[in-house]
Amino acid sequence: MSDGHDWPLWEVFVRSKGGLNHRHVGSVHAPDPELALRHARDTYTRRLEGVSLWVVPSAAIVASDPEQAGELFEPAESKIYRHPTFYGIPDVVKHI
Amino acid sequence: MPSLPTIEKDVEKRATSAPDHGAFDATTAGNHDPAIADYCQRLGDDALILGQRLSEWCGHAPVLEVDLSLANIALDLIGQATNFLSIAGDADKQAFHRDVLDWKNCWLVEQPNGDFARTMARQFLFSTWQHMLYQRLQRSADERIAAVAAKAVKEVAYHRELAADWVIRLGDGTDESAERMRDGLEWCWRFVPELFELDETLEALVKRGIAVNPQGFEEGYRAEIGRVLAEAKLATPPEQRPILGGRRGHHSEHLGHLLAVMQYLPRTYPDATW
Repeated sequence: MSDGHDWPLWEVFVRSKGGLNHRHVGSVHAPDPELALRHARDTYTRRLEGVSLWVVPSAAIVASDPEQAGELFEPAESKIYRHPTFYGIPDVVKHI
Repeated sequence: MPSLPTIEKDVEKRATSAPDHGAFDATTAGNHDPAIADYCQRLGDDALILGQRLSEWCGHAPVLEVDLSLANIALDLIGQATNFLSIAGDADKQAFHRDVLDWKNCWLVEQPNGDFARTMARQFLFSTWQHMLYQRLQRSADERIAAVAAKAVKEVAYHRELAADWVIRLGDGTDESAERMRDGLEWCWRFVPELFELDETLEALVKRGIAVNPQGFEEGYRAEIGRVLAEAKLATPPEQRPILGGRRGHHSEHLGHLLAVMQYLPRTYPDATW
């Protein structure tokens, strides 16, 4: 088996059931969008994993630079007050 | 000197007109219907033999994704075969302990895989037919057959679309892919008329509302094949001398080899489990 090196790569997203988000599950090689969807179906939903599929050309994804991880993500580490659970809620407040 | 027993005349005729065709176990055979069993073997054998053929690709397909596609189709078909053969009797016994002359599949499904294009040409011609057949079989007067067809029809719709996609991509692809698809279709073309054969067994079952008369959708089938081939920028192959007889146990030499591989284990180790 070749690795399908002349076929572009597609990222696959599966919605496991209605109402939930599509989640990234992996990638497939395929020559075009229709076959990418078929390959995704045959590769990632053969055990009843989902009710909906997205495929996106991997080349269309814009990724953050790992070297910038420090400046992008570390500042959030010390700011736990951004979590809603940080604040005590008075018992009298029912719906929030 | 004891006299010779009277030679009974038309024993065979009387046997076939007896309940359950005079089977020695007629009292226990219940509602066993030889014609329905025969029909379910035809349906089951088509699915099982093609499933076995496709599984030969496992680990050899052009790319991993296609490997999975073919294995998925093979598993669907083997599942359908199990269901149809279970109506005819013990599915395992029929799959593993029947010799080549007792198989009733059509010639198309037993043909060797050839290259990927020929495999897809065969799949396209078969799945398109099988889908049209199962659509109609869902209304069979035999509830068991109708139930199996209703469950399988969605699987087969996918097989048909996937195979048609590949026929179009290879036909309307490079010079080489188009040539391979053309060769694949031409190889398979002489086996198409058999799919629409109507013999006595089938005719009787059609009258009872149990089987589907394939000739009822032959025109639609040819039109659908023509539509996909046009999209694939391929000409319909020229008519060839049709090869017939699979339903009566006449097969190509390829089937014996396939059975040798498929049946080897249960015949060599009859009590093996896993």
